[in-house]
Amino acid sequence: MTGLFSEVFLSALMFGAVTAAIPLLLAGLGEQMSEKAGVLNIGIEGMMLAGAYLGFVGAFYSGSLWLGFLTGAAGGVVVALIMALLCVRIGLNQIVIGIALTLGLEGLTALLHHFQFSRSYPRLPAADATVIPLLSDIPVFGPAFFKHHLIVYLALALVFAMGYLYRHTQLGLNLQAAGDKPAALDVAGIDVIKTRTIAVLTTGALAGLGGAYLANVGAGLFIPFISNGAGFLGIVLAMLARGRPVWVLFGALLFGVCLSLTTAMQVAGINIPTDVIQMLPFLAVMIMLVLFGRRASLPAALGIPYERGTR
Amino acid sequence: MGSLSSLPGADKRDIVVLEGVTKRFPGIVANDSIDLSIRPGEVHVLLGENGAGKSTLIGMLSGLLQPDEGRILVDGKLTQITSPRHALALGIGTVFQHMMLVPALTVAENLLLGGPWWQRPRTEELEARVAEITRSLGITVKLHAKVSELSLGEQQQVEILRAMVRNSRLLILDESTSMLTPKGIDELGTLMRRLVEQGLAIVFITHKLKEAAAFGDRISVLKLGRKVGEIPSERFRALGEQEIISEIVELMFGKQKDDPEAVECPIRTICVEAAPLLQVADLAVAPTDNTPGLSSISFDIRPGEILGIAGIDGNGQKQLAEALAGQRVATGGSVRLEGTAIEMLSVGERRQRGLRYLTDDRLGEGTVGTFPVSINFFLKQVGAAPFWRNGFEQRAEIDKRAAQLVREYDVRTPSLKTPVGRLSGGNIQKVLLARELAEGAKVVIFNKPTYGLDLANTLASRQRIRDTAARGLAILLISTDLEELLSMCDRIAVIANGALVGTVENVDDARTKVGRLMIGLAA
Ligand SMILES: Nc1ncnc2c1ncn2[C@@H]1O[C@H](COP(=O)(O)OP(=O)(O)O)[C@@H](O)[C@H]1O
Ligand SMILES: [Mg+2]
Repeated sequence: MTGLFSEVFLSALMFGAVTAAIPLLLAGLGEQMSEKAGVLNIGIEGMMLAGAYLGFVGAFYSGSLWLGFLTGAAGGVVVALIMALLCVRIGLNQIVIGIALTLGLEGLTALLHHFQFSRSYPRLPAADATVIPLLSDIPVFGPAFFKHHLIVYLALALVFAMGYLYRHTQLGLNLQAAGDKPAALDVAGIDVIKTRTIAVLTTGALAGLGGAYLANVGAGLFIPFISNGAGFLGIVLAMLARGRPVWVLFGALLFGVCLSLTTAMQVAGINIPTDVIQMLPFLAVMIMLVLFGRRASLPAALGIPYERGTR
Repeated sequence: MGSLSSLPGADKRDIVVLEGVTKRFPGIVANDSIDLSIRPGEVHVLLGENGAGKSTLIGMLSGLLQPDEGRILVDGKLTQITSPRHALALGIGTVFQHMMLVPALTVAENLLLGGPWWQRPRTEELEARVAEITRSLGITVKLHAKVSELSLGEQQQVEILRAMVRNSRLLILDESTSMLTPKGIDELGTLMRRLVEQGLAIVFITHKLKEAAAFGDRISVLKLGRKVGEIPSERFRALGEQEIISEIVELMFGKQKDDPEAVECPIRTICVEAAPLLQVADLAVAPTDNTPGLSSISFDIRPGEILGIAGIDGNGQKQLAEALAGQRVATGGSVRLEGTAIEMLSVGERRQRGLRYLTDDRLGEGTVGTFPVSINFFLKQVGAAPFWRNGFEQRAEIDKRAAQLVREYDVRTPSLKTPVGRLSGGNIQKVLLARELAEGAKVVIFNKPTYGLDLANTLASRQRIRDTAARGLAILLISTDLEELLSMCDRIAVIANGALVGTVENVDDARTKVGRLMIGLAA
């Protein structure tokens, strides 16, 4: 058993946890913004897939990871644009459209990938890490937390940027009002449709970025259905985080540990059926929901399309 | 100028002028060619009962709704108020009937809502501005409390404050007193006076006569979407409060010329010796937080008689109907049907014995909107033979009887399977009538039976009620439409604050007598 708890192993486990957590974090932060503004964004899984696929394609042909992140985010935004048009502007049912978008994108990305690469799965070169001096020399924790790609640190910074946005800016107030009492925002002279659209597009960008990270850094390749429920986990995180970005971060890390543990246990060849091991993250979701689900406080107008002058 | 219901010609002092503004909703004309002029330094009262179209009218002034016809002039210029933002920019601030604050945010955050999105909220600036305004108005506001922690009165002050912070020139208050205590109402009155003295224009919407007379400078009366008259400010000043009130009563309840609803009251002969079918003595109901109670209600109704209950809406009409039907617990008194006490019986048992109640809430309480017309006929007999046997719906039986009722009551429905909620108000009412007047009805309570119906259906419903009385049933007709009562009833009782303040035989001068009772003067 010494192998399992060696320093190297622990360090790898935590490194994996962070890598697994970043897409969840980005999805969760994105979903949180939509929900704050009153839009339940179930299409986020589809946005992640679009981001993963276009992110991979962008990086593969340009050879630049950063360009890949950019195309990935753009892919998410395109899907979000459809969502915003149908659910925010026209006011169709958010759950129906969200599911349709996710299913549609699952098929579409798989199909496009098949046309392009047939049955081969070309890999990207390993992402180069930004090593933070001094901190990365700490035993066990150093290599786990301070040798990641730059985008990881940016994602962490985003947590605090979002916190600031919600708490200290006019836009933050507008978003919250759009989700809690859209009519009040409207009569205060702010366009509810515009505010919600901005939120949904931002969600798309973040989810797309999360997807691109998943493919380009996490896996180094694109395979169909690569998001594997990460978007849905993001929805759970956003709902449990009670509007606080920092709780999304904690939740994402917790799930990240579970996901990483799953991989680690499989690698270590521990004598438990893999099916059981793979259930671990979902077990964690269940436990979190049972423990905190009741305290989740959702915006009053979540999921309800807004139309001026109706009652 | 000056004479009743003449439109004061557009004045260059007017901030906002409405000319022939019409707004339609599916199946209803909410505003029918309304003219209105609003001036600085004046409280313009918009008076009318629920559903008169007051909120719709101000919806158009605040940019929430667009008129279908007519013009709106702001500062004399033709203006289309396209959005709430536009209305605010024009200096029109509205305190809506329903609270428009975000409960989860603080008062300050609510006041800041609407600033440019890229900015940090300017809290210090706001605090200074609020301090200045609250000082001049003599109110205090807790800027850093969450809105959900404030009382309704405090929330309302926040909304007024918001209009002031935004430099409104015209302040619209929609039914702002309905949530306030009497003291709060007085304070609001004082506040409005101070604001108009500062040169603001105020539109104050209410359905209460007393407030209109006490706080207004000018009154426009709305009735069923139409403006039926105006008391201009010159005239307002010349009259005492009581004279104003009786003038308003005349406008609200008086006979209009060329009124298509006017019909001669048919002379029915009621057998005076017959024993009353319904006897109510000292009926009482405890008040709740938002409904008035009832106290010592007593009356008799004989076979073939229609007893009217007149009164301003919200004075206990619904409570009376529900207490009689058994839907509301009475705290005292007795109700006798054909001499037998029924006050301890359940809703179903009372119905069984022939007491029927037609609610004014046709879709909410009266029918199940998503159920087909056919089932709605028998909602109150669910499970009973012949329409249900051993727990199974007898479709053939139901459809046969339903088709018969549809024919008999002239229900215009595409089919028996159509969900009742899709029908127009008049046809839903017919379904209710058919159900309640069916087998075994002896006493029928109607609550606002023609409310919201178009003219043809109104007249049809009234005829149906008259016919029912002619068959020897006892009718209690609750209505806020005095015209209706005068055209149908044998006697009219007036309800005010949950008590019957007088009963009038429906003969020559009943109109004035009832009108005086309604506003608290002896008949
Ligand atoms: N958005 C709407 N859609 C359909 N009907 C409406 C709408 N708003 C108001 N109405 C109808 O218009 C009429 C007038 O309503 P409203 O202006 O709210 O009256 P008031 O404020 O005088 O009580 C009512 O019959 C109401 O049912
Ligand atoms: Mg209203």
